[in-house]
Amino acid sequence: MINSLFLISHSGDIFLEKHWKSVISRSVCDYFLEAKEKAGDPENVAPVLQTPHHYLISIYRGKLFFLSVTQTEVPPLFVIEFLHRVADTFQDYFGDCSEVVIKENTVTVYELLEEMLDNGFPLATESNVLKEMIRPPTILRSVVNTLTGGSNVGGTLPTGQLSNVPWRRAGVKYTNNEAYFDVIEEIDAILDKSGTTVFAEIQGVVEACVKLTGMPDLTLSFMNPRLLDDVSFHPCVRFKRWESERVLSFIPPDGNFRLMSYHVSSQNLVAIPVYVKQNISFLETGSCGRLDITIGPKQTMGKSVENLTVTIPMPKSVLSVNLTATQGTYTFDLTTKVVLWDVGKLNPQKLPNLRGSISIQTGSPKPEENPSINIGLQIQQLAISGLKVSRLDMYGEKYKPFKGVKYVTKAGKFQVRT
Amino acid sequence: MSTTALYNDQQGGAEAAVEAGQETTATISSGGAAFGLFSTDFKKNEDLKEMLESNKESLKLEAMKRIVQLISKGKNASDLFPAVVKNVASKNIELKKLVYVYLVRYAEEQQDLALLSISTFQRALKDPNQFIRASALRVLSSIRVPIIVPIMMLAIKEAASDLSPYVRKTSAHAIQKLYSLDADQKEHLIEVIEKLLKDKSTLVAGSVVVAFEEVCPDRIDLIHRNYRKLCNLLVDVEEWGQVVIINMLTRYARTQFTSPWKEDGIFDESEKAFYDSDSEEKQGQREAKPYIMDPDHRLLLRNTKPLLQSRNTAVVMAVAQLYWHLAPKHEVSIVTKSLVRLLRSHREVQYVVLQNIATMSIQRKGMFEPYMKSFYVRSTDATHIKTLKLEILTNLANEANISTILRGFQTYVKSQDKAFAAATIQAIGRCATNISEVTDTCLNGLVLLLSNRDETVVAESVVVIKKLLQTQPTQHCDIIKHMAKLFDNITVPMARASILWLMGEYCERVPKIAPDVLRKMAKTFTSEEDIVKLQTVNLAAKLYLTNSKQTKLLTQYILNLGKYDQNYDIRDRTRFIRQLIVPSEKSGALNKYARRILLASKPAPVLESAFKDRDRFQLGTLSHSLNIKTTGYQELSDWPATAPDPSVRNVEVIEPVQEWAPSLGKAKKPKSDKFYSDDEEDEKEEEGSGSGSEDDSSSSSSSSSSSGGSSEESGSASEEESSGDSEKTSSDSGKSSSGSEVSSSESESKQKKKKLTKKATPRKSKQTAADSDSDENGNGPVGKTSSSSAESSSDSESDSEEDSDSDSPAPQKKTVAKTKPKVEVKSKKEVSLLDLDDFSPAPPSAPKSSVFSSSLLSDLEGLSLSNVSSAMQVTSSSFGPVKTYELLHHMTGKGLSAKYHFPRQPCLYQPSMVAVQVILTNSSDHSLEEIHIGDRSPGSLNVHCFNTVERLEPGASVSVSMGIDFSDSTQAANFQLCTKEDQFSVSIQPAVGELLMPSTMKEPDFCSEQKKLMGMNETSATITMATANTSKQNISKQVLSVANVGVVSSDQNNLQRFSGRTVSSGALVLVTLELRESSTALLTINTEKTVMASMLLRDLKQALSQA
Repeated sequence: MINSLFLISHSGDIFLEKHWKSVISRSVCDYFLEAKEKAGDPENVAPVLQTPHHYLISIYRGKLFFLSVTQTEVPPLFVIEFLHRVADTFQDYFGDCSEVVIKENTVTVYELLEEMLDNGFPLATESNVLKEMIRPPTILRSVVNTLTGGSNVGGTLPTGQLSNVPWRRAGVKYTNNEAYFDVIEEIDAILDKSGTTVFAEIQGVVEACVKLTGMPDLTLSFMNPRLLDDVSFHPCVRFKRWESERVLSFIPPDGNFRLMSYHVSSQNLVAIPVYVKQNISFLETGSCGRLDITIGPKQTMGKSVENLTVTIPMPKSVLSVNLTATQGTYTFDLTTKVVLWDVGKLNPQKLPNLRGSISIQTGSPKPEENPSINIGLQIQQLAISGLKVSRLDMYGEKYKPFKGVKYVTKAGKFQVRT
Repeated sequence: MSTTALYNDQQGGAEAAVEAGQETTATISSGGAAFGLFSTDFKKNEDLKEMLESNKESLKLEAMKRIVQLISKGKNASDLFPAVVKNVASKNIELKKLVYVYLVRYAEEQQDLALLSISTFQRALKDPNQFIRASALRVLSSIRVPIIVPIMMLAIKEAASDLSPYVRKTSAHAIQKLYSLDADQKEHLIEVIEKLLKDKSTLVAGSVVVAFEEVCPDRIDLIHRNYRKLCNLLVDVEEWGQVVIINMLTRYARTQFTSPWKEDGIFDESEKAFYDSDSEEKQGQREAKPYIMDPDHRLLLRNTKPLLQSRNTAVVMAVAQLYWHLAPKHEVSIVTKSLVRLLRSHREVQYVVLQNIATMSIQRKGMFEPYMKSFYVRSTDATHIKTLKLEILTNLANEANISTILRGFQTYVKSQDKAFAAATIQAIGRCATNISEVTDTCLNGLVLLLSNRDETVVAESVVVIKKLLQTQPTQHCDIIKHMAKLFDNITVPMARASILWLMGEYCERVPKIAPDVLRKMAKTFTSEEDIVKLQTVNLAAKLYLTNSKQTKLLTQYILNLGKYDQNYDIRDRTRFIRQLIVPSEKSGALNKYARRILLASKPAPVLESAFKDRDRFQLGTLSHSLNIKTTGYQELSDWPATAPDPSVRNVEVIEPVQEWAPSLGKAKKPKSDKFYSDDEEDEKEEEGSGSGSEDDSSSSSSSSSSSGGSSEESGSASEEESSGDSEKTSSDSGKSSSGSEVSSSESESKQKKKKLTKKATPRKSKQTAADSDSDENGNGPVGKTSSSSAESSSDSESDSEEDSDSDSPAPQKKTVAKTKPKVEVKSKKEVSLLDLDDFSPAPPSAPKSSVFSSSLLSDLEGLSLSNVSSAMQVTSSSFGPVKTYELLHHMTGKGLSAKYHFPRQPCLYQPSMVAVQVILTNSSDHSLEEIHIGDRSPGSLNVHCFNTVERLEPGASVSVSMGIDFSDSTQAANFQLCTKEDQFSVSIQPAVGELLMPSTMKEPDFCSEQKKLMGMNETSATITMATANTSKQNISKQVLSVANVGVVSSDQNNLQRFSGRTVSSGALVLVTLELRESSTALLTINTEKTVMASMLLRDLKQALSQA
């Protein structure tokens, strides 16, 4: 399946290689680097490439390329999904998935990769199982290890892999038993010039942080499960129960995990929390343009809009901008030509406004297309679809856990065309 | 104290050494001589060697860590092999693991030394701890040393019968490793695979199938007896194994079952799904040999379906391709929603999924049409994602959605990503050829693009226009002339060549311009690109043949230039053309035919998808993604004409499962068990094994509600059910016997579903599932057979939901008149049941929305944003004569006649509806009762019915109003007009003008709006008006009679403007009439709805030209 893995930095430096079958020379990466050169933007590199003897499947995460080499037919999604799982594991272990962090923890990374694949086929990808075998590095432990000569590799061998709940390790113990669920919804929308919604939908996830002793069996139910149009679950969720009763019944993994992700039925209208009044124009003659953006609340269900940001990728011919913001600060990146306006909290009484002039390279023609505006925002204590958790029940254990649910609405790919 | 000091000291030294080593490596590798590494690295490696040979575990560990770091950087550390291999038996687990890493990496290079470690592993293989056994086997099999092949073989065989499933799993992995090391062992390995395939552990299943696929993918016979087991285990196998098993089973199924698609060719949509026994009778009348799906085939489809909800994208894709390749056509659409969900995942996932959707959407537009919006391009998407989305949008384009798509394309053309803009132009070209209604609009749009500033855009437009003109060689000389004008400014060779070709091809249509272009080309010939030169020669030749008087000398000049060109292609072409067209002694007979050769009518190029030929590969494979046949790709065979013997899949004796883990078989699907109870043979088997599995199933079913016993051998529960079922079915008119197995958990779920639907429907009842079944059957006094068949088929977990869905309206028609209230309730209920059913394809139909939480919907509706900008408002009043249309003639309506007209008032029920006034007249001699609108077929237009007219006396007439949402298309609204006794199918087809409502606006507003709607959104024509219509008043009267628009007051005398909005979407429609001399006028319509525009134009033209 997967023969080899190469980690390649943003600049094209191969800094880690791992082989699960015969060694494949790293010169195979040259084909990839060539394609990367051609594509310009790393996002534009095709994920599946062909070389005379190998097939290259790559992902781009955290300014890193994870490049896997395979010699025979394999479902490309299989490899892509696995590579993302590897990146997720690194993120989970080291808190970040970047070149520096991976270089710092090369040995742990190597040990992880060794356990995750056997002969190119995924062996252990569950975070719970891996953590039993290889302990994540912490400052305390590394200090202790240097003093005592202890190791990161677990002395006990994993039991989870064998049980019928492979995602949960056995013998979990906590003094404070707690279970938190975050319902996070993102609005993906495209608004056109006049503010009409061209396209809008809501994606949500239920992230869980469960720290419960023993083998708890949880049941989470919603007030209005019919809102959910399409769902996908963590393997722990019993699908039959969901199909028949629309409740989530599961034995949770220990720690943080994504319980489910869902899509809200497209029949429902999507409430758009803010409106954007914009006027961006480039003058036909002369090398300047004007920009005027105002943002106001629209359907916020009485909650306040926070962390409001506005990103405007300007045309390449823009030299500089001279703007004034009534609230927050703005920056203009000269290399990427992106205007980033960090508004902060939206005040309905005094609407934030950004206006000023744009200067364009002299001689270059007027940009054909106005840049689109990307909005970022956050609304606490609100799930914009109206989804509500009704109750959480626990079976199988005696103690009373502490339970909590939090709702957050964010802007996903929220774009305003101008 | 001393220890620490020593340690630190050494560490510091080693670190320095490593650093030095790194530096030297860096310099050396840049110099290109990697060989020097060892000599300069000598010191460092010595250092590591010392550390490895010390007595301190921590030092050894430190050394190993550094070595692993070297390996990870791809540096050579093979000279340390002897020092490292000594530590293979270390007690420290981490150290041992790192040594394993090293060993596996370098054993191939240091074979002799590697043998030193073998005995350690052999010992470990006998260890009581399963993990140690497994890891020993893992490393042993990873050491690629041919000498130890016999040892590996022995170890694998032993491990394959280990008690621990984990060790057995490891042995399955080892099989592949050994096979790649020594292919001669194949036969022995197949034996082991055969053995492991029989394994019942979910842990082993995935790994052994991987081994099977690698070692002997053609030994399909090994799968037969494990097929059902694999199907049943599937849900519990770990996700990676699921992918491999699903792919393998897809291949297997294509060789073992007959095609479920045959029917589709013969029957139309509604009669597709006759796999169910209750409909067999009907089918028997029509077709001699019905298709019955093999129960094993169904088992596979059923057991893979829940996996569509997996979080693993590869699993979802695997199931999607399985359905695409194996499921009956009408069931495939259940995968759509899940595939669309995957589009929210990472960029790379999107890429692969979009590729697959592109292939699917060519063959099955309908599958993805409801999700069209998900394929809208975002400016932040990567270029390859954008192009794929464009591809899909183009595939999905049809008459109904083309205007939306084209509007999107207009935005895309302006994109800063020029590669994408060019791809968009190609896509517009494809839409134009596929959908004849918009060809002209597209052409106009493309011509506008010719004046674009960007060269690539212009070039691409020229190329596409060339192709379009070729497909439509009508009067397009305007465009050709326009292109000739632009010719001087276009520099892209491909575009220039295309224009020249067009000139030549249609030179007779532009007799004046073509020679002039040739003249210009003669001047610049030498400095042109090759491709342009070739086309110049072509143009010259064609002109010479048609217009030799003017161009003879020019042609000769160009041919002379070409004769001495540097490129031999051009010299060749010139020689050939000269011989062909210039008469001489040598040229002979060909000369006469020169005209026929050069000016033959050419077949138009077909603009088709780049994904057209990808369907030869199995979806979701690497081959499909790259569009080449990759190594190791297994062809998907065609369906066999007759199915091979299905009995090979039967398993005689089933022992109770001996699981190592106590309850590994959790969450087994009772559904699949049910399936076997159909089959007599299987039932017997289950009876035989029933005693053995009873405790098994009871113990597991108590553990969780979702478990219904493990795999096929838990017959006990299913038997109970089937006996209960048979009683029930016998009380039903005895029609459906196999169709209605409802397991206890299922009936429970049904009950729940029913409860849920009851909330939505007004009916209240609290029977149990079984009760309500019989109750309902008892309730239907008339048409019992039809209703019960519909009932049983919708209740049963069989395959015919679709069928009953489409079938049920027919019997209802008969009963509806007599048992109206009852049937109405029933039909409602049925619809909702079907919606919730397993196999219902995502229905975008109206009934569903009523089921959906209506409260929230209304909440949100209140908040909905008005998309009408404040400057303009829609007005309600408009004048004009009212046209009345006949809805129902009194002869066909048995006395009831109905007429309708459009009152042109905003609809009261919903703003998106068009108000329709219906006048019902009773021209019979008796009174008619209960006139109402009957049920509509699902998926039809949204209609707001009028209240039932209780009684209509003879001769009396009554006027009722209703609202219809035509969603801006002239599609007819079909519905049933019912009286107490009869029902009549009627339809209302609106004229396009009635789908508008007037909107008032000031002239400046009108002009500014019009400017926004140029290009593709503009449709215009010159019309000749009847003399009576030339006065301003008459014109507006005529226009208003055709379309429900408002007059825009204007002070210009020769201009008349009208404006309106479409009722459903509120898109602006602007009509401008510019009077010219001698009763002609230029009629222009600007709107986003291009299809409506062309229809409206036609209607207006007709009205204005009539007196």
